[in-house]
Amino acid sequence: MSLKLENVTKRFGSLTAVNQLSLEIPSNEIFGFLGANGAGKTTTFRMILGLLDLSNGSILWDGRPINYETSPYIGYLPEERGLYPKLKVKDQVVYLARLRGMDKQNAEKELKKWLDRFQVPQYEMKKVEELSKGNQQKIQFITAVLHKPKLLILDEPFSGLDPVNVELLKEAVLDLKNSGTTIVFSSHRMEHVEELCEHVCIMQKGSPVLSGSLREIKRSFGKKNISIAADFSLDYLKEFPGVLKWKKTSEGALLQVETEEAGQPILESLIGKGFVRKFSIDEPSLNDIFIEKVGLSYE
Amino acid sequence: MNKFWMMLVHTYGTKLKSKSFIVTTIILVAAIFLMANINKIISYFDGHEVKHIAVLDESNGVIFAPLKTSLAAVDKDIKLEKSGDDETALKKQVSEGKLDGYLVLSLDERQLPKAVYRSESSDSNTADRLKNALQTVKGQMVAGKLQLTSDKLALLNSPVSFEKVPLDRKAQSKEQQGAASALVYVLLIAIYMSVLMYANMIATEVAVEKSSRVMEILISSVSPIKQMFAKILGVGLLGLTQIIIAIAAGVLALQTNSEVLSFIKHFHISSMAASTIGYAIVFFLLGYFLYATLAALLGSLVSRVEDIQQMVLPMTFLVVIGFMVSMYGMNQPDAAFVTVASYIPFFTPMIMFMRYGLLGIPTWEVLVGIAIMIVSIIILAVMGARIYRGGVLMYGTSSSLKNIKTAFLLTKKEPTSERKKNIPF
Repeated sequence: MSLKLENVTKRFGSLTAVNQLSLEIPSNEIFGFLGANGAGKTTTFRMILGLLDLSNGSILWDGRPINYETSPYIGYLPEERGLYPKLKVKDQVVYLARLRGMDKQNAEKELKKWLDRFQVPQYEMKKVEELSKGNQQKIQFITAVLHKPKLLILDEPFSGLDPVNVELLKEAVLDLKNSGTTIVFSSHRMEHVEELCEHVCIMQKGSPVLSGSLREIKRSFGKKNISIAADFSLDYLKEFPGVLKWKKTSEGALLQVETEEAGQPILESLIGKGFVRKFSIDEPSLNDIFIEKVGLSYE
Repeated sequence: MNKFWMMLVHTYGTKLKSKSFIVTTIILVAAIFLMANINKIISYFDGHEVKHIAVLDESNGVIFAPLKTSLAAVDKDIKLEKSGDDETALKKQVSEGKLDGYLVLSLDERQLPKAVYRSESSDSNTADRLKNALQTVKGQMVAGKLQLTSDKLALLNSPVSFEKVPLDRKAQSKEQQGAASALVYVLLIAIYMSVLMYANMIATEVAVEKSSRVMEILISSVSPIKQMFAKILGVGLLGLTQIIIAIAAGVLALQTNSEVLSFIKHFHISSMAASTIGYAIVFFLLGYFLYATLAALLGSLVSRVEDIQQMVLPMTFLVVIGFMVSMYGMNQPDAAFVTVASYIPFFTPMIMFMRYGLLGIPTWEVLVGIAIMIVSIIILAVMGARIYRGGVLMYGTSSSLKNIKTAFLLTKKEPTSERKKNIPF
């Protein structure tokens, strides 16, 4: 049951928020959406959910369009918290789950399970406005997943959470994936995307600039990182052939090189200069790729 | 249970349990009991007050005795006492509060009574009662001079018989008219109050869902048109609950007070045509739906709950204008502008009903009014559903009516090339 976007375009007057976006999101996978603010991520999500009509193109889930009939199979966590501030956690989570086609007893049972899992069973009878931001986000997450959706859309799920809670949520996301849910999520935090996703799409001003499997993106990017820890000055490497970027770190330097092969002469040049504690050639991080693809063309 | 009913029950249930609903209902019931017993309350504060008035009779007792008799026949609250003191002493007693006032009686050149009443307060009620009593005395004295017998005098004083019979298209008896105007009055106030209260409640409810962004989740589960009507019916049901509680309280309160009950019976509710009551219900419901739809539409356009008052202001104006025109129209129901206003859908429930109740206008006019209202409600609902869907995704700072256009265009398949504000991301 894959999600297929074909030539999806959304225009608001003269502004094109999403332009010619074509993607195939494989089922039972976590798909990451990256992009700066205003890149069109939320607009894309809203179109997937059917909140906004498409100006052009089509979106199909399992070969069928997404509408109110498919809503029981879809879960959504909006970017900003969307809960009734004055309602008790139990009342509203159960109500929203019932609107997604779940029956009451089942919803109550599932809610208890999730609250226990997130270590907040005491909040069941509390009003949402009485909870901290992080705990509200947990409730929001429960609302999105309670009815066991087949397609889960998470817009910035980890924002406003402390590292412990990020881990709790990440684990939950991975469990859902393993139980067969297709998950699409967006984030500013590259490390979360890198850790969870197999496929990603980087958007800029409404257009996809890079899309595909994470491993392939990294491989085709070509450039590698070299980190060196040494007791002597590494300044001379700035002008070394094949070095694209040079950054001083507390223990040595971090280099970006054009190809893996450029590493060998650098390693050789270090020998005899003094004590080298570390030398490693690494895959570029998604952050590097993102900055390279999006950051350079920032206005 | 389908989603529509779930939302309806949810809206009704949460509002029913809300503190604001419970408090307003308690205040309403208390006010009804207070109103029903108003005569007892007034007499409790009023009952013991007897006015003591000194009389300086400069007519050698010609006036005092008949005045006292004449006054005693109608009024027991005013005690007249002949005084031997002079005016200065009396003035002092009045200012000290021992007396409520004093009356100086004398005869004028034609040997008819005249009087001067002096008191501390500007209590015109007492002065009027004294004047009326003195008028009677004067009449008796004049009659005596003209040698009229008392039945001739009674004949002279008896009021002329003057009856107003409306020769309208649909003749209504006097009782029916009295009952109709009472019902019109009640309905006008009921529509006015409930539109202001319940329409505002709907607008606020929508704005709360929107500002808390729960709307994004709701709208991906349930279509906007279903949401809108679930809310309108849910709040409508709540209003009905409150009205039933109010009526029950009213009936209960009246059972305990026979005096007011007989006063109400005076209106001959039973003589009222069944059609009048039927139209009252129809116009009340249509009025509610029209304004509720408008309120839901307006509520979906604001981003913050604080902006809601500003947004519903035009709607409030419509209700107030309709109310004022119909209040004016109760004195002059056949004025041309009242007739015209009765066909404007936002005024129809109040003004058309008032015209029906007071003038007995032909049925087709009422039906045209109802048809215009139904069409308006449908147009508003269709537009509302579209604006609602676009509006709930718009989070601009402005809350102007310009947003209607933007919201409308947002749901269009292919918007025009014109640039819009408040583009959602």
